[in-house]
Amino acid sequence: MTTAVSILPAQQLAALNEAYRKAVARKRLKTMLAVAVFIAALVVAGIGAEVNLRTLFTYFGNFVSYFDRILTLDSGQRVWTDFGEWFWGWHSWLKLLAETILISYVGTLIGAVLALALNFFVAQNTSPGPWLRFVVRRLLEFARTVPAIVFALVFVIAFGLGPMAGVLAIAVHSTGALGKLFSEIVENADMKPVEGIRSTGASWLSCMRFAVLPQVSAGYASYALLRFEINVREASVMGFVGAGGIGQELVVAIRKFYYSDVSAILVTIIVTVFVIDISTGWLRAKLFGKEAQA
Amino acid sequence: MSQLPKPDSQALRTKYPDVFERPASARLATPLMLLSAFAVFGFGLYDLDFSPTKLVGGLRELGWITLMMVPPDPGSSLPTYLSALGETLSIALLGTTLAAFMALPVSLLAARNIVPSAIFRFPVRRFLDSIRGVDTLIWALVWINVVGLGPFAGVLAIAVSDFGAFGKLFSEAIEAADKKQVEGIRASGGSTLHEIRFGLMPQVLPVIAGQVLYYIESNTRSATIIGIVGAGGIGLQLAEQIRVLEWQKVSFLILMILIAVAVIDWISTKLRFAIIGQRALA
Repeated sequence: MTTAVSILPAQQLAALNEAYRKAVARKRLKTMLAVAVFIAALVVAGIGAEVNLRTLFTYFGNFVSYFDRILTLDSGQRVWTDFGEWFWGWHSWLKLLAETILISYVGTLIGAVLALALNFFVAQNTSPGPWLRFVVRRLLEFARTVPAIVFALVFVIAFGLGPMAGVLAIAVHSTGALGKLFSEIVENADMKPVEGIRSTGASWLSCMRFAVLPQVSAGYASYALLRFEINVREASVMGFVGAGGIGQELVVAIRKFYYSDVSAILVTIIVTVFVIDISTGWLRAKLFGKEAQA
Repeated sequence: MSQLPKPDSQALRTKYPDVFERPASARLATPLMLLSAFAVFGFGLYDLDFSPTKLVGGLRELGWITLMMVPPDPGSSLPTYLSALGETLSIALLGTTLAAFMALPVSLLAARNIVPSAIFRFPVRRFLDSIRGVDTLIWALVWINVVGLGPFAGVLAIAVSDFGAFGKLFSEAIEAADKKQVEGIRASGGSTLHEIRFGLMPQVLPVIAGQVLYYIESNTRSATIIGIVGAGGIGLQLAEQIRVLEWQKVSFLILMILIAVAVIDWISTKLRFAIIGQRALA
């Protein structure tokens, strides 16, 4: 069975083809231009960052052999042949790991409480005054843009070496990040309950407590848990600048070339991050499941 | 004024027993959860050596530091700082691009609609997860051991750690793609590679471009911190000036970073809109 396809006269077809070719050519030219600009930017960046492909090719073997070395014990055997030897320091590492998790927990909780206190000033629909909103907003932006580890560097000088500086650094950074997310939830909240409560003569504080908070608390908990997950990762490097946690041990192992220790600590960190990811995911599903039922 | 009749609490109680007599487990669940959360918090404060005297002393110190930070002043090292900032931006751009090129083929392997077999997909996904589990700073330390101190180590660190993130994000974008166009290519006799090139890529590329732009922005921030461990860029200057307590220079550097991040943010938002606009026209 054949289907008839109507074929246009050659003249008409040529005109159509021409128009099509022109349209495609214009688009191609645009794309080519964009690609050219991008490649030029890459070349400039490559010169700026002292990229040397020769170095990469010469040293790429080092990268592979580095992993070979960190997976080899001092005795020359593979690490997984002797777990006792590989994880020889598990006692102190577990302790430091617990400290790392504790740092991120306490930091996240302080950050979440501060963000809870501040976010109603930032959200457009609940802010008591434009001036206050502007000031708090800029403060949160600052706390969010400066990386936690930079805060940690400064806090280590102000508060002394130790986990306290790490906790405060994580707390400040989390306040900035969570404050923004929380205020976005508040901006999406239904304002009718607020009107209802205000019409009974309630103060601004009671409006927030009884009209807004019940709507948004589940979202808050979810974001705070997500932040906790991120903060565990951040806390694992706080030790690099002397702010507590497992990072201290790791940086010593890397700098002093204790190869099998590097892989052992990395494995413990990765496993911890996995476990935290999975358990907070489960907890979030459970909390949200409960909200959905109610 | 009319008065509402007093509610008959006894009748209400018999009518809605669940409201008045909730089981103890339901009533106690929230307070218990809060209590245990704060108990862990208290233990944490104790275990991590928090003390009011330390806190007050540190805050006073922090106040002094803040006072010494104004006015921000680069001294005579402004050219150094500008070139360090350029280096940071270069690290972010190169690292992200490299990561995107490496992640594209791998993300195909991790996508359900390309590789239906879970046995092949699972190891790829776990591999990407473990790369993401390691912080950029740790990768920077590893690369410094391999290629030496300097910005090149930073580029490779960002490339590797973003490779993990991109692999996951791209594969999610690929899984979300409409499969009708792929079927269309197959119906006209295209091979698997044709399906990917003409059926999948036109749908996925704009999404990927948006994500890459967003990451260039966020990597400008990451690139500032990897300098702290010696991988080049403005973070190196920042860490040095903090260590020698040159607070005016520190505040100047922080201001520079904030402005640079804001500018990159603005540019990438514009570009993202441009790309999405192009897709809407096409």
